[in-house]
Amino acid sequence: MSGTLAAAASTTSTGEALQFWVLGTVAVIGALCTILMHKAVHSALCLAGTMIVLAVFYLANGAYFLGVVQIVVYTGAIMMLFLFVVMLVGVTAADSLKETLKGQRWLAALCGLGFGILLCAGIGNASLTTWNGLGQANAGGNVEGLAALIFTKYVFAFEITGALLITAAVGAMVLTHRERTERARTQREQSEARVRTGRNVPPLPAPGVYARHNAVDIPGLLPDGTPSELTVNATLRGRGQIRDVSTDALAELAALEQRSQRWLGRKARDTGKKAEDTAEPEHGENGENGENGQNGENTAGANSRGAAK
Amino acid sequence: MNPVNYLYLAALLFTIGAAGVVIRRNAIVLFMCVELMLNACNLAFVTFSRLHGNLDGQIIAFFTMVVAAAEVVVGLAIIVSVFRSRHSASVDDASLMKL
Amino acid sequence: MENLIGLLVAAPLLGAALLLCGGRRLDGKGHYIGTVLAAASFVIGAVLFAEMLGRGEHDRALHSKVFSWIPVGGFRADVAFQLDQLSMTFVLLITGVGTLIHIYSIGYMEHDERRRRFFGYLNLFLAAMLLLVLADNYLLLYVGWEGVGLASYLLIGFWQHKPSAATAAKKAFIVNRVGDVGLSIAIMLMFTTFGTFTFAPVLTNVDHASEGKLTAIGLMLLLAACGKSAQVPLQSWLGDAMEGPTPVSALIHAATMVTAGVYLITRSGAIFNAAPDAQTAVVTVGAVTLLFGAIVGCAKDDIKKALAGSTMSQIGYMILAAGLGPIGYVFAIMHLVTHGFFKAGLFLGAGSVMHAMNDEVDMRKYGALRKYMPVTFVTFGLGYLAIIGFPGLSGFWSKDKIIEAAFAKGGTEGWILGGAALLGAAITAYYMTRVMLLTFFGEKRWVPDEAGQEPHPHESPSSMTIPMMVLAVGSVFAGGLFSLNDSFLKWLEPVTGHSHGDSPLSAAAVTGGTMVVLLIGVALAWMQYGRRPVPRTAPRGSLLTRAARRDLLQDDFNHVALVKPGQYLTRGLVYVDHKLVDGVVNGTAAGVGGLSGRLRKLQNGYARTYAVSMFGGTAVLIAATLLMRAV
Repeated sequence: MSGTLAAAASTTSTGEALQFWVLGTVAVIGALCTILMHKAVHSALCLAGTMIVLAVFYLANGAYFLGVVQIVVYTGAIMMLFLFVVMLVGVTAADSLKETLKGQRWLAALCGLGFGILLCAGIGNASLTTWNGLGQANAGGNVEGLAALIFTKYVFAFEITGALLITAAVGAMVLTHRERTERARTQREQSEARVRTGRNVPPLPAPGVYARHNAVDIPGLLPDGTPSELTVNATLRGRGQIRDVSTDALAELAALEQRSQRWLGRKARDTGKKAEDTAEPEHGENGENGENGQNGENTAGANSRGAAK
Repeated sequence: MNPVNYLYLAALLFTIGAAGVVIRRNAIVLFMCVELMLNACNLAFVTFSRLHGNLDGQIIAFFTMVVAAAEVVVGLAIIVSVFRSRHSASVDDASLMKL
Repeated sequence: MENLIGLLVAAPLLGAALLLCGGRRLDGKGHYIGTVLAAASFVIGAVLFAEMLGRGEHDRALHSKVFSWIPVGGFRADVAFQLDQLSMTFVLLITGVGTLIHIYSIGYMEHDERRRRFFGYLNLFLAAMLLLVLADNYLLLYVGWEGVGLASYLLIGFWQHKPSAATAAKKAFIVNRVGDVGLSIAIMLMFTTFGTFTFAPVLTNVDHASEGKLTAIGLMLLLAACGKSAQVPLQSWLGDAMEGPTPVSALIHAATMVTAGVYLITRSGAIFNAAPDAQTAVVTVGAVTLLFGAIVGCAKDDIKKALAGSTMSQIGYMILAAGLGPIGYVFAIMHLVTHGFFKAGLFLGAGSVMHAMNDEVDMRKYGALRKYMPVTFVTFGLGYLAIIGFPGLSGFWSKDKIIEAAFAKGGTEGWILGGAALLGAAITAYYMTRVMLLTFFGEKRWVPDEAGQEPHPHESPSSMTIPMMVLAVGSVFAGGLFSLNDSFLKWLEPVTGHSHGDSPLSAAAVTGGTMVVLLIGVALAWMQYGRRPVPRTAPRGSLLTRAARRDLLQDDFNHVALVKPGQYLTRGLVYVDHKLVDGVVNGTAAGVGGLSGRLRKLQNGYARTYAVSMFGGTAVLIAATLLMRAV
């Protein structure tokens, strides 16, 4: 940062150089993670990291105001907006990174490589060995200097960006707003209507399978064992986010059988060393299941334990 | 170190962002990549500002941020409404503009 | 007085408009309206004539500008009329004969339910013909020229339910079109040469133009005249034109329209005088046609077609005379007028005969009609005597002068032309005598018509016989009147000019020779048709007879020489059009389509593919920028 104070310098301080190389690496890694992470949430977080690094670089380059704005507005507001939308759209949905368009990867790689090399070549072509630094410009304070420019030289652009922001806000509202065309019915009216039509007179059945699952996205089972979609919230139904676990129990049982067979087989090869002890490895199996942290797997483990008993 | 290195970094980030736009299908990630590109530009502007010794580069970066904010607001609104109607945020699903 | 000239044209034009637009409510009185307006035109013409006689010889021409027609920069065309002695002669002939034929048609077309329309067309013809002869410039003349062509087309095809009539109308129209092209080219040449096409400046500035150009103009005018006047090689339509009602044949295809070519050549005399090559072409055409028509006339059994051949031949005389230059112009016009009288009379007589014989046209099925139709016989007979040149009658005076003038051309040319004219006179006597004998003499050879009705020949009603009588009077006395004191010569000389050639033969010798060949012709015809009974079906005849029956193979010639090559050319062009032009066009379209089909695959609808293109494009732009900087 001392470099910025010099009137005309040819090199920056060692501290800044160190900072650049360390944080620059972080920024590039963050950017790469942004484009390579399967889940949008992870991408957003990586991007936020890159932006914070950039904010540091702004500060290092004498753009104090922008550095702060970068953290407050970009990282704080815009990235959070991204997260909101990610949550709204469905945070569980992980993207497949498998490419579906033929040749897209190759073209992207070729273009990216060519673009980057050409851009760097251009910068190298026009690079400076000495620079002025912002010492003079920032003499009266960075914020004051910016304000002076914004309200004099760039005042019209400033006004127009204001109009742009308002338009964008209105536009966002128009795009996402859905007009309610009739008064919402009260609970009483709804129950009266239910009685009048004679359908679903009592409340809808609750989701979940008794004693096994009680999550809202798992449909309850009818007496014959088939899942009833009525038991799941209409929104989840609409999104197609119903988890059908009716076959899970059998599938897990089968998986357990397979695993115990495999273990028994391994056991059979080691007959000479150990006496038969089924309890110990079963516990170990259960421990593995618990580490997986998956609810279903856990339940299955509990089932198998129950079955073993 | 020469501050030109910041420009190289900006170029690198910009290229990474552009590649992300091209290879990702999720519209939200795609938008993030666009943001990354914009930020790379801002870094370049700030660096130019330092190299030239005046604040105009920072002003441009400032305006870029404003415009980016507006763009994000509208873009995300579009994504939400597309998601509502198509139940998907993949840009490949909206490929109706072909024969 | 000048204003009356416009009325000359306006009266029949008004009649045509009234009759053609008036609808059915005029059906009952349409023919009277048409006749009265034609007569009105004649009266106006007569008044103008009387007034013209009252003026001095050299300021008789009247000029009247009606309105400025096409004023574009240096190009000026006016609707303006010029009434000089030549036009006056035509006006009187057209309106006079026209009125008579209108009257005749009242009786002749009595039973036709489209009589009103017929009179409308007749009036249209009169208006167009008057416009033709009154125009003061070639462009307006061209309007009239096309107008008479249209009227001729409409009237030939008047009985359009007969395929033969419809075909004949088309044939006449198309053949005339060839001639009209000649006239339009001539007008264009005039404009490039003289910068105008008004008669006066064109004809007085002939000296300033090169002979080559004048010859070209002359030949194009001759082509036009050949088309309109049925001269070789554009003669083929006239015989078929007889499909039209007989009054039409009399008015348009005998007395007036077909003589428009003679008018054109006479009017453009100054051009021809300065272009001897064109004149040679004119006399050649005239001489060939006068023999051609005469030979065709000898072989035809259809009375109207025989008369049509005769018309062709007589117009050949006129063209021959007009091609002789100043020694012949006056006689061409004089023969034109006398021919107008006697040929119209002959046609009306033929119409009267057909009227009596249930529309039978084959002369071999007539015979002995003189007892049944005395008035027709007498008027027809007078016309016959006039056309063969019986001493003292009209044809004698006019044709004799033409033969004399042909000899007066001088040299070998004079002998050839004079000989052809004399030979023509002999053949004329032969075929007209044949017509006369077959129709009115001998024994009855009538046969029942298709409906099985025996014809009951009777004299025609007075509305038909009176015009015939008037025309017969004209046939008898017109020639003598014109020749008395050389009055016609003096009348026309200021317009056409006149010079006496030095004939190798004296006038008396020519007249004597003409009398001799006339007698030979009549005698031959009498020996063949008068002495012994005539068979009802025509004998096979000699090769020449058979050829003449087929109009001397003119249609066959046209078919082989023009129609066939035209068809082959068209087929070839169609083939080229289909294979080459369409091939290129379709090939290009198919190529573009195929290329588009392949390029379309790039448009796969995926935004990311488009993004890659954009990305690559940006890279290329950067590369280009760097390259430009490097260079």
